[in-house]
This record gives sequence, structure tokens and C-alpha cells, in this order.
Amino acid sequence: MRELTLPISEADIRALHAGEIVSLSGVVVTARDMAHKYLVEHFIHREPASDERALYEEIRALLRNGGIYHCGPVMKRHGETWQMVAGGPTTSSREEEYADSIIEHFGVRVIIGKGGMGGRTKSACLKHGAVYLHAVGGAAALIAQSVKEVTGVWKLEFGMPEAMWQLRISGLRLVVTIDAHGRNWHEEIANASEQVLQSLLAELGG
Amino acid sequence: MNTPVIVADLIELIKRTATDLPGPIEAAVIQARKREAQGSPAWDALRVIEENITLARQKATPICQDTGTLNFFIDYPTGWSTLALSEQVRTATAEATRLSILRPNAVDGITGENSGDNLGEGQPNIYWQEWTKPYLRVRLLLKGGGCENMGRQYALPDARLQAKRDLAGVRRVLLDAVHQAQGQGCAPGVLGVCIGGDRSQGYVEAKRQLLRPLHDANADPALAALEDRVLREANSLGIGPMGFGGKTTLLGVKIGALHRLPASYFVTVSYMCWAYRKHELMWHAEGVVEYA
Ligand code: SF4
Repeated sequence: MRELTLPISEADIRALHAGEIVSLSGVVVTARDMAHKYLVEHFIHREPASDERALYEEIRALLRNGGIYHCGPVMKRHGETWQMVAGGPTTSSREEEYADSIIEHFGVRVIIGKGGMGGRTKSACLKHGAVYLHAVGGAAALIAQSVKEVTGVWKLEFGMPEAMWQLRISGLRLVVTIDAHGRNWHEEIANASEQVLQSLLAELGG
Repeated sequence: MNTPVIVADLIELIKRTATDLPGPIEAAVIQARKREAQGSPAWDALRVIEENITLARQKATPICQDTGTLNFFIDYPTGWSTLALSEQVRTATAEATRLSILRPNAVDGITGENSGDNLGEGQPNIYWQEWTKPYLRVRLLLKGGGCENMGRQYALPDARLQAKRDLAGVRRVLLDAVHQAQGQGCAPGVLGVCIGGDRSQGYVEAKRQLLRPLHDANADPALAALEDRVLREANSLGIGPMGFGGKTTLLGVKIGALHRLPASYFVTVSYMCWAYRKHELMWHAEGVVEYA
């Protein structure tokens, strides 16, 4: 199993191939629908507003060569700090319309989620040197254990699942399903299963 | 009679359901891993799932962070007030959320604003049934959004799938549903299926089928045979855990039937992920509560 640490270089990303199991460490930022929409509408489609400039710079610094995690966790507050109680991946395809511009604009190298993503993300991974890493859906307790520290949170007003949590993770096991060479493991599996389905359905009358 | 106060028991039920996966489902995951090639992504995913199940139980934390829609199926003895009970279910739900057993998961249908306590229009969801037994039974099914989104309803005949209005047609649409879902509903999953009913009854009955024990046999031999066949054929599709490829795409298929109008033939599929969280309590008297 290959060990990866964020921030990560383009060369290390390009060395990965679809179907490989990796172990990831470093700081990732959670983002779901509201966060994606926010990043794109406030920072990419227009210049950051003056009162959001500082936030933009902070986000940009962390995302450069960094990772976005599609996750809406259950968190618990202990005084000033937060602890992750459960935090598995959420369905990534909902972010398909945003992911390519975020990869390009922020220089994100790693997207973590579940269920895979589509053609636009695949092209962005190929072009800019990024990968999609599939976490095990629902493995919330185990993943919470790989979160060693919640280092901060942006946009808590979006609500607990939608806020942008900064998580220092260690040894999170993931599978590369979209690599930076134009391969999409999910597409390949879907096509192969389609073949089997057609042969099963060829038995007319069943 | 006065309806007893069972809030604490309901909180216990919610906690067990969110954190303790039923043994037969865990055993099926372990069996599934043994069928996969060691070290493959499918094998590793199942191992992660096993470790996660054990850890959640040990630490009493949610198995999956999407603690889902709370579906309560309540059978109550004659004389109990469903009004008083539903208030208690709401209180228990809000309290379980405060205790971080549940994620705040109910958002306004229009604005998307999170209510913060899992209460809202239609949440939590309760199905009532009065019965003649002297005790109360509450069955809870937590069903997350990822798998719920993979649910489907077919109106037969279906020209695309050449599915006619018979069990052979049902088989065809069920295999299609599994193929469409790929790994997106957190496979390996379980299909709850209803043949017949109207559109809304179909989805309710499909969910009710998910309350059956994983390894029971359907009382109708034709449906039992169809369940076995669809399970076997779905597992030959090669989708595998999380859609990583592999031998186990489904852990079970549960099919029920309702009467329908002559003009309609719906087949409704409710897809349940591996985090198949369900428990029940039987409340006999204060302090005499059984959990299963
Ligand atoms: S589909 Fe199930 S296991 Fe997957 S994230 Fe949703 S609730 Fe969790």
C-alpha cells in the first residue's frame, strides 16, 4: 500500500494508477454542496469581496496541492475544540459540476468521496494532475479514528454537515478510482457489468 | 388508559440502531470478504467495513455518519394514544441528536435550512398499526440518503427492458435496478421490493420488506425462488463492494406483493446499503423492555 502525504506534488499524483489502494495523511477540507457552490460563486466566478479576501487566502493556502473531502460529519464540541464522532464520505457525483473548476483554480490534487465522478472531473484530473480517491462509504467510525485533529472550521453557519472542516488525518485507506492518466475505474466496472446484464437479459422470458 | 412514558427506551433504541449493526448482517459482510481475492480493493473495502462495525459498537458511535431518515414502524395495543406516542418519539429523536447519536439531518424542503434536531415536516417518519397484542412494538430502520437515492419504481410493461407483467419481468427490472445503482448505494446492499400497490404503497411496502430477517425464507415459493435467483444473478454482475468490482454486490433480496389495480403493475425497489441499521423494542411494562 502506497503512503501519501498532503500537501503532495504533481509527480507523486501522476505516479498513481486506478485500482491502487493508498494510505493518506495530512490536512483535508470537507466540502459538500453548499461549500462547493460557495467556493465557485464567491471566489471563482468573481473576484473575492473585500471582506472575504482573508478567508479566500486561507482556503487557497490549504487547498493548494491539498485535498477536498466530500463529507458531512457528526461533530461534537468540547469547549473551544471539536471532535469528529462520525465522518464517512458522501456521494461525490453531486459535486461534478463544480469539481473541475475547483481543481483548476485552487490547485487541489486529491478529491476524496464515494461513488466516483464523471467526465469533467476525469478530464480535470488528467489535465491538472489530480486524483479521485474512493473512501469506503459508511465507514464513519473507522474514518473518525483516522482523524487525529480538527484544526479548524470555515462557514459553520452552513450547518454541521455542510461546513468546511479542516481535518488532520493519518493513515486513511482509500482506493484510486480516477487517476491522472485518464482512467476511471467506475466507468470500467459499469461497462463490464452492462455486458453481463445484457447477457442475463438475453434469456428472454427469464 | 394513559399512554406510558417510554422516551428513555426510545433513546436506547435509537442508540442501538445507530451504533450496533445486527449480527446477521455483520456475518454476511464477513462471509462476503472471504469470497473476494485477498488484498483486492473489494476485499479491503469489506475489511474496512468489518473494522468499522466493530469500532462503532465498541465506542457506541454511529456506524455511518448519515444516520438517515428515522423510519419508525410502531405496533401499539388498543387504547394507546398515537398522539402522545408521536410526541415521545419526537422528544427522543431530538435528545438523541443532542447526544451526537444522530446527525442533524432534517433540512427544510425549500430553503435547505437544517432544523438542528432532526424534527421537521414528516420527520421523524412513523408508520402506525394498531394490533391485538398486549405490548407495544417499535421497529426502527435508519436509512441514509445515498442508498435511498438508488430506489426506483418501474411501471410494467417496460419496453426498454422488455419486462412484461409477470415474475420474469420483475426479474428483469430488478437486475436493471442493481446495475443502475452500481456501488453508489454503498454496496453490498439489500433490495426491498414490492410488486403491486399504487405508487406510494409500493415504496412503503418495499421498506417494510427490509424489516424481514436477512436469512428468512419467503413464504411464497415463487417469490422465494425469485429472491434467490436475483441475488445470484446480481452478484454475477461484478459490481462488488463500493463498485470496486468483485463477487458481492447484494447481501439479500426481499420481495413482497400487494394487490393492485388491473391497470397498474408497479415494481418498487428500495435499496438498502450495507449499513443496514434496524433494531426493535418490545415494551411490556415499566422496566420490562426487550430489545432485538
Ligand atoms: S448509503 Fe448507507 S453506508 Fe452509505 S453513506 Fe449512506 S447511510 Fe452510510
